[in-house]
Amino acid sequence: MAAPVQSKNLWAEGVLLVLICTFCIFPFYWMVTTSLKTQVIALQSPPLWWFTPTLANYWEVLFEDKVGFALINSMIVASCTTALAVGLGCPAAYALARFEFRGKKDLWFWFITNRFVSPVVLAFPVFLISRDLGLRDTHMALILMYLTFTLPIVIWICTDQFRSIPKELDEAALLEGASQWVIFRRICLPLAMPGVAVSAILSFIFSWNELLFAYILAPKNAKTAPAMAVTFMEGYSVPFGKIMATSTLIVIPVLIFALLASKHLVRGLTMGAVK
Amino acid sequence: MTMRVPRRTLFAFIGPAVFALLLVGVVPLGFAVWRSFYYFNLTKLSESRFVGLDNYAFVLTDPVFWQAMGRTATLFAVAVPVQIFLGLTIALVLHRPGLGFFKVLARLSLVLPMATTYAVVGLLAQVMLNQKYGVINQMLGWIGIDPINFIGDPTNAFIGVIIWDIWQWTPFVALILLAGLSTVPPEIEEAAQLETKSNWVVLRHVQLPYLIPSLVAVLILRTADTLKLFDMPFTMTRGGPGSATEFIAILIERVGNRQFDIGMASAQSIIMLAITIALARLYIRFFYREV
Repeated sequence: MAAPVQSKNLWAEGVLLVLICTFCIFPFYWMVTTSLKTQVIALQSPPLWWFTPTLANYWEVLFEDKVGFALINSMIVASCTTALAVGLGCPAAYALARFEFRGKKDLWFWFITNRFVSPVVLAFPVFLISRDLGLRDTHMALILMYLTFTLPIVIWICTDQFRSIPKELDEAALLEGASQWVIFRRICLPLAMPGVAVSAILSFIFSWNELLFAYILAPKNAKTAPAMAVTFMEGYSVPFGKIMATSTLIVIPVLIFALLASKHLVRGLTMGAVK
Repeated sequence: MTMRVPRRTLFAFIGPAVFALLLVGVVPLGFAVWRSFYYFNLTKLSESRFVGLDNYAFVLTDPVFWQAMGRTATLFAVAVPVQIFLGLTIALVLHRPGLGFFKVLARLSLVLPMATTYAVVGLLAQVMLNQKYGVINQMLGWIGIDPINFIGDPTNAFIGVIIWDIWQWTPFVALILLAGLSTVPPEIEEAAQLETKSNWVVLRHVQLPYLIPSLVAVLILRTADTLKLFDMPFTMTRGGPGSATEFIAILIERVGNRQFDIGMASAQSIIMLAITIALARLYIRFFYREV
C-alpha cells in the first residue's frame, strides 16, 4: 500500500524540481533568444517564441557599440583585482590561521564587517580622491576599490582552508629549521590550492558584476561592461536585442565560473556563515 | 594550538593586507566623515564651507531620506519572508533522498540567479516586464489578466523590483537553508520520521532548531544586501517612476552623482552605515561566535 503513495510523492517532487529549474533558467532562455532577434521581431506584441535567429546584435554591440572594449576593461579589472587580492590575502589568511597575536579577533571582525559596507558610502570620497590623484577613469582606481570586497573573501576562505591543513607538517618543517615563509610557500600554499582557487573564482565573479564603483569612477576609458549596459537605456528607443546581446556577453563568463564553484558560491556570499 | 611568532614575521604576513584595506576601506570613510561636515557641492565649489552638523540635522529630519529608508524596509519586509518560505520549501525538497540526478540539476540551476550580474537582472526585468512586448505580460494574458504597466506605474514598479529580488535571492536562501538542514544528525531525523508521519512535526521540532543559525545568517545578509541594493532597481527603473523605487543606495547616488551635493550624500551614507552596523552588530552578537 505504501508504494502508490510514494510514487505519487515522487511525482509531486519531480514536478516541483522541474518548476524550480524553470523558474531559475527561464529568464536566461529569454535573454538569449531575445538577443538573437532583430529589433522588428523583438518589437512584436505579443512576443514571438519562434523566429529566425540572427547574430547581428552581437556584431553590432561588440564592434560598433564598444561592448567589446568594455568587456576587455572588465576582464583587466577583474583579473588584476583577483590577483592582487589573492597575493595580499593568502599570507594574511595564513597568519590568521597559524599565528597567535593580540587583537586577532578584532582584526578578524574588521575583515568581516567589510561585507556590510555599502559601496555607495565609499564611492564619492574615492571619486574626489582619485580625481586629485589623477586616478579617475583608470583601471587602477577600480582594481584598488574592488579590494574592499575581494580581499575579505579571500582572507575568509583561505583562513578556513589553512586551518584544515594538519599542523604536524609545519611543525616538522620548523624543527628542520625552515622559516615561516618557506613553510607557507612550500608546504601550506600548495595544499591550500583548492581554497585559493575558489576564493579567486568568487573574487572574479563579484568584481565582474560590480556596477556602482564602475559607474561613478570610470565613466569612459575604463568603463566596464555592466556600466556600458546601463548606457544603452539612455536613448529614446530601447534596443531590446542589443541590450540582451550585451547582457548575454556579460553573464556567460560569470555563469561558467559560478557553475565551476557552485558548491562554494554560497559560502562566498555568506562570508563563511554557511559551510 | 596556534603559535607566537616574532612581530616582524607577523607584519610581513599580515601587514600588506591590512594596509591595503585601510587604504581603500578606511581612508575614504574618514574622508566621507570629514566631507559630511561641509557644504560641498561640485557645481558650487566656491560656496564650500564648514557647516558642522547641519547636514546631519537636515538628513535626520528629511522626509525624502526616511521615505527611501521606508521603501528599503518595505522591500525587505515583503521580499525576505517570501524568500524564506520558498527557500525553505525548495531546501526541504532537495534534502529528501531520491531523484538524485534531478536534484543535482536543480542545485546547479539554483546557482545561476545569484551569480547573475545584478545590473543585467535589471535589464532583464525591463525587457521581460515591458507592457507591450514583455513575455511576462504575455503569460499573464494566457490566464486572462490584462497587460500590466510594470515599469511606468509606481506601485507596479515596486512590485516588479520585489519580484526580481525574489527571483535572484530565493535560491541563495534555499541553499543556505539546505546547508542548515544537512547539519541535522541523520539518526535524529530518521528516528523522528519513524515516530511521526507528519513532515510538519519533523520540521517544527527536529529540523527547525538546527536551522536557526542559517535563518539568522539569512536575516543578516539580506539586511545588509537590501541596504546596499543599487544595481538592479537602478538599471530597471532608475529609482522611478517619480521616486517609487528610490531605495536608500539609489537616493544617495542621486544626491551625490546627479545633484553633485557630496557633503549631503556623505552625511546620508554615514547615517546609513551607522544603521547597517547597528543592525549587523545586533545579528552578529547572536551569530558570528566562532574564531
